[in-house]
Amino acid sequence: MKKKLLLLGDEAIAMAALNSGISGVYAYPGTPSTEITEFIQGSKTAKENGVHSKWCTNEKTAMEAALGVSYVGRRAMVCMKHVGMNVAADAFVNSGITGANGGVVVVAADDPSMHSSQNEQDSRFYGKFAFIPVFEPSSQQEAYDMTRYAFEFSEKMGTPVLLRITTRMAHSRAVVEVDDSYGKKADLHFPANPMNWVLLPANSKRRYAEVLELNKKLADISDNSDYNRYIDGPDRSMGIIACGIAYNYLMENMKHGCNYPVLKISQYPFPKAMISRMASECDSILVLEEGQPLLEEYLRGILDNGIKIYGRLSGEVPRTGELNADNIKPAIGLGEVPSSVIPDVVVNRPPALCQGCGHRDVYASLNEALKEYPDHKVFSDIGCYTLGALPPFRAIDSTVDMGASITMAKGASDAGFFPAVAVIGDSTFTHSGITGLLDAANSNANITVVISDNLTTGMTGGQDSAGTGKLERICEAVGVEKEHIRVVVPLAKNMDEIKKVIKEELDYKGVSVIIPRRECIQTFSRKARQKKAQQE
Amino acid sequence: MKKDIILAGVGGQGILSIATIIGEAAMNCGLNIKQAEVHGMSQRGGDVQSNLRISSAPILSDLIPLRGADIIISLEPMESLRYLPFLAENGWVVTNSEPFINIPNYPETDAVMAELKKVKNLVVLDVDKIAKECGNPRAANMVLLGAATPYLGMDMARIEEGIESIFARKGHEVVESNVKALRAGRAVAESK
Ligand SMILES: Cc1ncc(C[n+]2csc(CCOP(=O)(O)OP(=O)(O)O)c2C)c(N)n1
Repeated sequence: MKKKLLLLGDEAIAMAALNSGISGVYAYPGTPSTEITEFIQGSKTAKENGVHSKWCTNEKTAMEAALGVSYVGRRAMVCMKHVGMNVAADAFVNSGITGANGGVVVVAADDPSMHSSQNEQDSRFYGKFAFIPVFEPSSQQEAYDMTRYAFEFSEKMGTPVLLRITTRMAHSRAVVEVDDSYGKKADLHFPANPMNWVLLPANSKRRYAEVLELNKKLADISDNSDYNRYIDGPDRSMGIIACGIAYNYLMENMKHGCNYPVLKISQYPFPKAMISRMASECDSILVLEEGQPLLEEYLRGILDNGIKIYGRLSGEVPRTGELNADNIKPAIGLGEVPSSVIPDVVVNRPPALCQGCGHRDVYASLNEALKEYPDHKVFSDIGCYTLGALPPFRAIDSTVDMGASITMAKGASDAGFFPAVAVIGDSTFTHSGITGLLDAANSNANITVVISDNLTTGMTGGQDSAGTGKLERICEAVGVEKEHIRVVVPLAKNMDEIKKVIKEELDYKGVSVIIPRRECIQTFSRKARQKKAQQE
Repeated sequence: MKKDIILAGVGGQGILSIATIIGEAAMNCGLNIKQAEVHGMSQRGGDVQSNLRISSAPILSDLIPLRGADIIISLEPMESLRYLPFLAENGWVVTNSEPFINIPNYPETDAVMAELKKVKNLVVLDVDKIAKECGNPRAANMVLLGAATPYLGMDMARIEEGIESIFARKGHEVVESNVKALRAGRAVAESK
């Protein structure tokens, strides 16, 4: 049975995974990928069929768990935001060598224009790097269909598959036709050649050769894939290659059909024969791709002495940021980008920490306590508390990648700097902070670490945090002295006490950890509302 | 039929509930829909917007092009101005009149109103006040939606059915009071 639902791209992917009979979804939250896992967590079908959906501690543990599922013959999906791919990279790249037994689909949600991210890295590079085929849907329906297909493809070809989406695909709703049933899990069964999973050099060398052969086959398949389409046109002065969602922005401008030949690409490795056809039949090629100019760079090469190529690198299309139907206009000969000047009275409205948020009290007290040390540096991390960089607090000096606060403070201290303070959230601490704290404890670095514990993963909407209830024990176990693990309650009335604790720990020459603990105001009020609703 | 709608407001004001109801109504009319929302960073009291596109023809881009929006519906006056470059020549702005001030440099209200007055097709109303008068202070969004209904190109009945299916599980009374707020909003637009 088929039914039509209004779904986010993320939800369409989740639905497809359930219909494909996954054994579990493995993920760490990250905008714009979070709703995939949340959809499965809220699904009755998933519950009835025992589909695993608990959040993982980070993207690497997620990817590895999925490989375990695959090894025993079942299907798994892994979801993350683009920067999560960096964390999962060791497992991901090596999974290109082991290959897959049960189907593995990795969803990487890129965020061009950096709506809520540190960079706009393009996950397609990872596919290329790991010899893993990539699917890039252009509509929510395609996201659903491709996810279904990707699981079958993964098993048939014996390789994990990367599904690359972007913010607009993830967070846009459309009507999607979906199946009505949960796919059945496969019976447990092991890899045909178990040695493929033992990546000792002898096995890896053999596998590498096999993977390179497979890659040729995958390229041929791309050339014949239904997801890559060559649509001929009469005006061959230019051919247009549109990857993934870029196709929509092109066609938005070409409501009555495109005069130029168009190649829509949604399956990688690149369809070489189709691209060669365009190069031989057209005088020039325009490349429209969301994210970084991956294909354009390949086509151009270093020498750039072939057919004329237009795109992000040549300046016809903006070098950075998301594409849209407006900013590609000059490149397709439709004149200038329309003006987007807003009235002068309109001012920016930057995001801020919520009123009543415990992070506010943490920064207020930290700023006070650090007044005595005008040259202090506060290395921070990624989460709601990163907003402490903005006025009124202006309390932090760095935010780089998850976990970097503790290790950067350690490095600064190693290099002779004092006072080096780290501020990290509870979920970020368990994601990537624990190993850094172990380093710091092992070398008795002179740092003060604040783990601002709001008992949730706040920034991404309040998911469970892996270390809740265990933080003191974790810190003690990695070697922080018990007397220098201090728990406080971040409330205005406790300001003097917190300041005193911070000062004492700054004075201590070694690793100290201060844990201000108070529940996130958002999860707190959500629970209160739910409770009220239940009573009504 | 094609309507491109920009919904605007400040994180936490709940613009998405308006999108949900229009989306529901459009689906019941058998129309195509795309609705792009913003999640994450910008929800912490920052500006938020959603692009809602409904059309009898297939919709390609998830985003509304510049000068393409038929309506801007905004829960906050300054936020409605932020998206003016997207407003089509004959497009409408339907906005709440009451500023949401959570930044130190919020402009003078008079300056915001003066800028708004320059918009050719404009409906400004105090949605909170009207919602209170209707006896449901939580239905301010529905008042705003109501004021936009004359320009949505869909039957009022379809929108009311949308409200019904979204609020049905909260009981008949909640549905009724939201529909009442919707009608009160529409009355303001019609008296223009
Ligand atoms: C590698 C990576 N994964 C995920 C994210 C998305 N992300 C940013 S902040 C955050 C949550 C941080 O939670 P926590 O440390 O508890 O701080 P809070 O937001 O609750 O203050 C997540 C998941 C990211 N930026 N990088």
